Amino acid sequence: MLSIKNLHVSVGDKPILKGINLEINAGEIHAIMGPNGSGKSTLSHILSGKSGYTVTEGSVTYQGKELLEMPPEIRAREGVFLAFQYPVEIPGVSNIYLLKAALNSIRKHHGQSEVDAMDFLTLVKGKVRLLEMDEKFLYRAVNEGFSGGEKKRNEILQMAILEPKLCILDETDSGLDIDALKIVSEGVNSLRSTDRAFVMVTHYQRLLDYIKPDYVHVLANGQIVKSGGAELALELEEKGYSWLEDNQVAA
Amino acid sequence: MTTANASRYPAEYSNSVPLLCGQSLSWLKQQRTNALLQFSEQGFPALHEEEWRYTNVSAIEKKLFSPKVNKTTGFVDVEWLKSYQLEDAWSVVLVDGHFSAELSSLEGLPNDVLVKGMADALEEIPEVLERFINQAVSVDEHSFIAFNTAWFTDGLFVHLSNKQVLERPIQVLHIATQQDVLSATRTVIILDKLTEASIIETYVGYDNAYLSSAVTEVFVGKNADLTLYKMQCESEKAYHFGGVYVKQDCHARFRHHNFAFGALLARSDIHTDLDHASECELNGLYLGVKRQHIDNHTRINHTKSHGISRELYKGVLDGRARGVFQGRVIVAKDAQKTDSQMNNRNLLLSNEAEADSKPQLEIYADDVKCGHGVTVGQLDEKSIFYLQSRCVDEETARNILTFAFANEMVDKVRIKVLHEMILDQALLRFPQEGVNKEWL
Ligand SMILES: Nc1ncnc2c1ncn2[C@@H]1O[C@H](COP(=O)(O)OP(=O)(O)OP(=O)(O)O)[C@@H](O)[C@H]1O
Ligand SMILES: [Mg+2]
Repeated sequence: MLSIKNLHVSVGDKPILKGINLEINAGEIHAIMGPNGSGKSTLSHILSGKSGYTVTEGSVTYQGKELLEMPPEIRAREGVFLAFQYPVEIPGVSNIYLLKAALNSIRKHHGQSEVDAMDFLTLVKGKVRLLEMDEKFLYRAVNEGFSGGEKKRNEILQMAILEPKLCILDETDSGLDIDALKIVSEGVNSLRSTDRAFVMVTHYQRLLDYIKPDYVHVLANGQIVKSGGAELALELEEKGYSWLEDNQVAA
Repeated sequence: MTTANASRYPAEYSNSVPLLCGQSLSWLKQQRTNALLQFSEQGFPALHEEEWRYTNVSAIEKKLFSPKVNKTTGFVDVEWLKSYQLEDAWSVVLVDGHFSAELSSLEGLPNDVLVKGMADALEEIPEVLERFINQAVSVDEHSFIAFNTAWFTDGLFVHLSNKQVLERPIQVLHIATQQDVLSATRTVIILDKLTEASIIETYVGYDNAYLSSAVTEVFVGKNADLTLYKMQCESEKAYHFGGVYVKQDCHARFRHHNFAFGALLARSDIHTDLDHASECELNGLYLGVKRQHIDNHTRINHTKSHGISRELYKGVLDGRARGVFQGRVIVAKDAQKTDSQMNNRNLLLSNEAEADSKPQLEIYADDVKCGHGVTVGQLDEKSIFYLQSRCVDEETARNILTFAFANEMVDKVRIKVLHEMILDQALLRFPQEGVNKEWL
C-alpha cells in the first residue's frame, strides 16, 4: 500500500529525515517510536502533504501512485488520514459541517452522489456512540475549546466516519486518560481490516497493549535505526533509546 | 480653519434652504443657520484631523450631490425594495431622504410606540424635537454633523413609552434611487424607561453614485433596552456617512450591530455615553472588496460607575480595499468599577488590502477593568492544511475560513430573517465556492 524509499526531507537547509525506508501493506499495523525531535511528526506531515518541507531525495508511492505529487486534499480523498499530534482549532466551523464536507468530497472523488442527510446523521451518531462522545461536540466548532483528550478523540471520530485506507496516528494516545485510551483504542480496533493499514506514532507501550502492532520501528535522528515485532516495544520500554542511538553512531 | 477647506456646497444649496423641513421653527432655523456657517468655514473634514487621518473625503468635494427638496418620490422598483424588506417587522421607508408613507407599513403599531417621518414630527410635535435634536451629538463633533444639521430633508422619529416591550422589530429602510442625489436624514429614537425595542437601519441604493448622510440620535432611558442594527449595503459607487450617537441613562442597555458592506467610501461613527451601571455592546463587521474604503469609528464614554462595555469589530479586506477602525474608550474619573473590553480583528485576503486600526483607551479612574486587543493577519496556514487533510480543497478551505471568521458577527444577530439577509449579503461579496450556507 505504502512504499517509502530513501526519503530525505529538510526544513530550510536543516535535514530532518535522512533516508527513511518503509514498506507498509494493507492489513498491517506499524508502530513508530523514537525520541523527541527525531522526525516522527515530520514523517506524518510529509505523508499527508503539509507544505514547508523540501524532499531532497527519495520517493513515496501509495497504492501505486506518486504520493508526494498529490495535493493534500487528494491524498485525503484517496484514503490517507492523519490524526494530528496537535489538532487545530477552527472557530466558526462546526464539527458536523466539516465531517459532511469531508465525506462528500470523498464521495465526489469516487464518482458517488452526496450523502443523504438522514443516512449521514445515522452514521455520525453511531460513531459518536462508539467513541462515547457527547453529541453536543458535533455542533461545536472544530476543536475549539476542546480539552487535549477531547481533541484526540475527535480526530478518531473523524477517522471512523471517513474510513480511510492509510491511518496515520501521531501520538493519539498522549493526552488521553486511561478510560479514554481504552475507548479510543477500541474505536481504532473496530476499524482494523485487511484493506486498511495503520501507522501509529507513540511513546508508550500502553497504547500497544490495546492495539497490537505487527511491526515496531525506531526512528532516531531522521533514520529508522531498528525494526522488529511487537516485542521490540517492550524492550524499548525497558531500555530506552540510548542503546540504539549509540549503536547508530557506532555503525 | 482657512478658506482652503471652504466648500462649494453652501452656495449650491442656498436655494434649497427655505424648502427644508422645520424652517418655520425658529430654534431649528437658528441651528441650521449656525451649522451652515460652521460648515461654510470648515468644509469637509481633512486628513490632518486626528479622527480623519485615514479617510480622505475629497472625492465628495469634486462631485456635487444635491438634496431633493420636493417630496414627490420618483419611481421605486417595488420588487427590488421587497428584497430588502424583512418579514415580521414594521417597515419604514425613506426614499432619497424623504419619508414615504405609501411605502411604509406601520399598521397595528401599539399605542405606546410613535413612529413618524421627521418632517411630520417637526410640524406636529416641535416642542419634543427641540429637546432632542443635536442633544446626543454636537455640531462641533465634525463637519459632517454640521453638514447634516444644515441640510437634512427628513428622517424619522421613534418614541417608545409606558414600558412598551416591542415584540416585532422596526425596520427603517433608507433607499437612494437617483444619480448624484444627497440623501440627508436625521433620526431621533427615544426609549422611555423600561421599554424595549429592536430597530434595524438599512441603507441600500440603485447602482448610482450618491451621498448618504444619516445621523441618528438615540436616547435610552433608565432600564430600557435597545438593540440597533445597521446594515449598510449602499451601491458600490456611493458615499455613506452615518453616525449613531447614543445617550444611555443608568441601567440602560444598548446593543449595536454594524454591518458595513457597501459603498465606495463609507464612514460610520458610533458613539455612546454610559451612565451608572449602563451596559453597551458594539459589534461590527466590515467587508471590503475591490477599492472600497470602509471606516468605522466608535467612542464609548463611561461617565459613571459600574458601566460595562463590550466591543468587537471584525474586518475582512480583499482586493485593494482598505478598512479603518478607530475605537476610543473613555473612562471618566467618576466611572469606577468600569468593565470594558475592546477588540478589533482584521483578515487580509490580498497583499494590496490594508487595515488600519487604532484603539485608544483614556482612563481617568483607578479601579477599573479595561482591555483591548488588535490583530491584523491572513488566513492561518495551519488551519488551511488541517481542512485540506480533511479532504477540503485549498480554495474551499480559504472560503470556509473566511466565512467562519465573518460569521462570528453575523451569528450574533438574533432576528432570524435579518440573520438570513445579512448572511446572504456577506456571501454575495466573497467567492463562495464550496461554502454551504445551511451548514454555517
Ligand atoms: N518548520 C520547522 N522549522 C525548523 N525545524 C523544524 C520544523 N519542523 C520540524 N523541525 C525540527 O525537526 C525535528 C523533528 O521534529 P518532529 O516534530 O518531526 O519530531 P517528533 O519526532 O515528532 O518529536 P516529538 O516526539 O517531540 O513529537 C525537530 O528537531 C524539530 O525542531
Ligand atoms: Mg511529534
